[in-house]
Amino acid sequence: MSERQIQLEVLRYNPETDSEPRYQSYSVPCLNEWVVLDALNYVKDNLDPTLSYRWSCHMAVCGSCGMMINGEPKLACKAFIHEYTDQIRVDPLANFPIERDLVTSVEDFITKLASVKPYLIPKSDQPVSAGEFKQTPAELKKFKQYTLCINCMLCYAACPQYGLVPEFLGPAAISMAHRYNQDSRDGGRDERQEVIASDEGVWECSFVGACSEVCPKHVDPAGALQQVKVASTIDWYKEHLMPWMKK
Amino acid sequence: MNKPYVRSLSKTGWFLTQPRYKRYMAREVTCLFIFAYTFLLIWGLKRLAEGPDAFQGFLNALHSPLGVLFNLAVLIAAVYHSTSWFNVTPQAMPIMRGEEFVPGNIIVGAHYAVWAVVSLIVLILGV
Ligand code: SF4
Ligand code: FES
Repeated sequence: MSERQIQLEVLRYNPETDSEPRYQSYSVPCLNEWVVLDALNYVKDNLDPTLSYRWSCHMAVCGSCGMMINGEPKLACKAFIHEYTDQIRVDPLANFPIERDLVTSVEDFITKLASVKPYLIPKSDQPVSAGEFKQTPAELKKFKQYTLCINCMLCYAACPQYGLVPEFLGPAAISMAHRYNQDSRDGGRDERQEVIASDEGVWECSFVGACSEVCPKHVDPAGALQQVKVASTIDWYKEHLMPWMKK
Repeated sequence: MNKPYVRSLSKTGWFLTQPRYKRYMAREVTCLFIFAYTFLLIWGLKRLAEGPDAFQGFLNALHSPLGVLFNLAVLIAAVYHSTSWFNVTPQAMPIMRGEEFVPGNIIVGAHYAVWAVVSLIVLILGV
């Protein structure tokens, strides 16, 4: 196993003592198969127990280890050391307030996600005795990719619109709304449209496409947002030009 | 203690901070060339309405080095603008046939094909 000495530059911020963040450098002996998260764990265990960051699964499913690695939004547990030079800069996820070191506040995202009702709203109430809601493979395929979202918020860190206009609902929340809107068992689209087809919703998006480039789960949020725009535009035409088409 | 530190994006220089933002800006800025070209066309119509001499003057201006340069710049910008949009159409307009999505390159390819056919028709009509 080959080992490499890596200079890890980590942005530190202690709300109790610091007025602004500063970089701290750690020299970490990294094994080649390590990911950046392993290097951070090495620092925490051996060099500096005060370093704060979030992680849990170490396998790109929990979505909690998102951070900027050399300026790029990444999951620290999926960013392999061998893909980097001997100097790696680690910043907290961009566009989010820094709580402490690499820990950011996620409230804004959680509130937005909840606002789009990211759960199944059945078309009609059905007693359990009526059995399951059936779905064909094609109906499942229509939204399956959006179910892969792990709420890691890398897409928000990549999105300049979110950085400039913090009110923007953002890529993952709108993709989640789209996921349920596309679900054949769901009847909640009208409720979600009020939130997502607004100025702060999908119309704030200018299709930079950065979200889809950084998404570790290939959800393609940018695609979802454009599809929401197309569907919302069709709604508008139906309502204003062909009122009789309205369901 | 809760005292979150907010980093903000530069309102004016943000698009210089990442290559992908620059690519996005290039796509957006190239539409200005197309915008400018529509004015040229309207100007041409106006000259046409003013009579044959005026229109000949307009055509001569188009053939001047500056006119050729402008057309060339618009052509490059328009091609960049259009292809950058063509390439993202599968994301915005996924099409399902049966149980599968139509592969993205077919949707993109269809755009290029229609573009080629329309260009050919325009060329034939123009010659
Ligand atoms: S859409 Fe992708 S980048 Fe955004 S939160 Fe979900 S998994 Fe993360
Ligand atoms: S630790 Fe769970 S996604 Fe990285």
